[in-house]
Amino acid sequence: MPVGTAPALDAQRLRADFAVFEELLDGKPIAYLDSASSTQKPRQVLDRMRQFYEHEYANVHRGVYRLAERATEGYEGARRTVAAFLHAPSEREVIFTRSATEAINLVAYSWGLDNLGPGDVVVVTELEHHANFVPWQYIASRTGASFRHIPIDDHGELQLDALAGLAAEGSVKVVATGLVSNTLGTVNPVEQLAAWAHEQGAIMVVDAAQAAPHRAVDVQALGCDFLAFSSHKVCGPTGIGALWGRRELLEAMPPFNLGGEMIRSVSLERTTFNELPFKFEAGTPAIAEAVGFGAAIDYVQAVGLEAIEQHEHALTVYAMDRLAELPWVRVFGPPADRRTGIVSFDVEGVHPHDVAQVLDWHGVAVRAGHHCTQPLMNRLGVVATTRASFYLYSLEEEVDRLLDGLHEVKRRLG
Amino acid sequence: MSEFEQLYREVILDHYKAPRNHGLLDPSDAVAEGQNPLCGDEVTVSVRFGQGDVIEAVGFEGRGCAISQAATSMLTDLVKGRTAQDVAVMRKEELLDEIGIPLTPVRLKCALLGLGVLKVALHRAKGTPLPEEWGASSNEINLA
Repeated sequence: MPVGTAPALDAQRLRADFAVFEELLDGKPIAYLDSASSTQKPRQVLDRMRQFYEHEYANVHRGVYRLAERATEGYEGARRTVAAFLHAPSEREVIFTRSATEAINLVAYSWGLDNLGPGDVVVVTELEHHANFVPWQYIASRTGASFRHIPIDDHGELQLDALAGLAAEGSVKVVATGLVSNTLGTVNPVEQLAAWAHEQGAIMVVDAAQAAPHRAVDVQALGCDFLAFSSHKVCGPTGIGALWGRRELLEAMPPFNLGGEMIRSVSLERTTFNELPFKFEAGTPAIAEAVGFGAAIDYVQAVGLEAIEQHEHALTVYAMDRLAELPWVRVFGPPADRRTGIVSFDVEGVHPHDVAQVLDWHGVAVRAGHHCTQPLMNRLGVVATTRASFYLYSLEEEVDRLLDGLHEVKRRLG
Repeated sequence: MSEFEQLYREVILDHYKAPRNHGLLDPSDAVAEGQNPLCGDEVTVSVRFGQGDVIEAVGFEGRGCAISQAATSMLTDLVKGRTAQDVAVMRKEELLDEIGIPLTPVRLKCALLGLGVLKVALHRAKGTPLPEEWGASSNEINLA
């Protein structure tokens, strides 16, 4: 919860780092309210990647020449940055993946296929993103394990009193939840769930894609076993994400992808696998993207996660207050002090797709759809919502433009 | 004409706010439903045949954007009195001409949802060809 102790960030000044805001659409900069989907990229990240490609680039971990050493240092430096960002005990526990989705798939396949079976229970949440839902549903069906969910209440918050019933259904082996809901912004009680998971003898898998860019995430304080997030939601490039896992679990798991880089020795008869983290990084990785990922983390840390959290909180309070003035708008999810900078809503009588279309003509970019959370949409009784989401470069006046656009939506389509 | 008026033509808004052939038929000869996974549009179409394979009545229900619902409404007017075989091979351009607005690739999927669903219903009743994009993949995770 924001406590208001960090010096406020100056979003207007930070916007100078983002070329996209210099461009004008119909005479105005874009009001980019879709950062929960993906964030814009600051020059610092792009410059770092260009410098890396121009002066430090070669394949990693192989060459004996100096350029290759620089490349390896860039790549491994990014791993150290990610490890520190998550307060991981060791950088060897950080695996670079293609995305947060791939990170979760890695756990579901590598851990799940070997450790789940009939009588076991996999628990997800009703507001889970499909990325932390469908892999578990699939691996449960492959292994014969049961697939269950923790329901939410009308505010979009997890109903923890359902846990006892879930435990009675069998041996709970996996509890998988997002730290922050990508649709409602709900901050889930992961510490509590991790403690419960461990009482059951289960692993705790956390999707932090919507959390890590917006608030400090500490894997040791959370008490989880695996945690995934992606670069592109934290001002970094697409195509790379990270998985943190507890070392003893990662060491006991088989590899996910097989090929070069992940081996120690290969003969016609047998292959022995490389040590952590390389066992899970088959093939040439996204090297420059890793470097960009590290630069992006440096960027948001220089701005300050506490300042980012407070800035987004202030915008969320403002947006929810303004939306509350409109009797024909229904906002989903918990009160502002129990959510991050995500506001999903419904305009009475107008489909979100049409809402987003009209807003685009106001230069306001929002997301309309099910946000990869169809079970949650069913629970809310809608097929889709309109979602505005904020980041360190978002402005109050962009919320005002959102409201102006909504008035036109209502006037012409409602 | 403003951007708004180009996309949300009077006739589109009219079909959206007062859809034709709204409501599922009872009795009906076939029903099909479909979703547009991009935006969560849903359409269910039911058909009833008269003499031979002639579509006597068609009714639909749905939740979705103005384009998807208006396009389905316009489609129902377009296909009544035609045979299942004729409609199964109906080109999407015929419907798009009727809709008559510029559509981005995303909105195109909204506009064509109802046509795809109708073709599935016809396939179920009369074995007519499925639309290409609906044919192949029926893989699912089934825990039931």
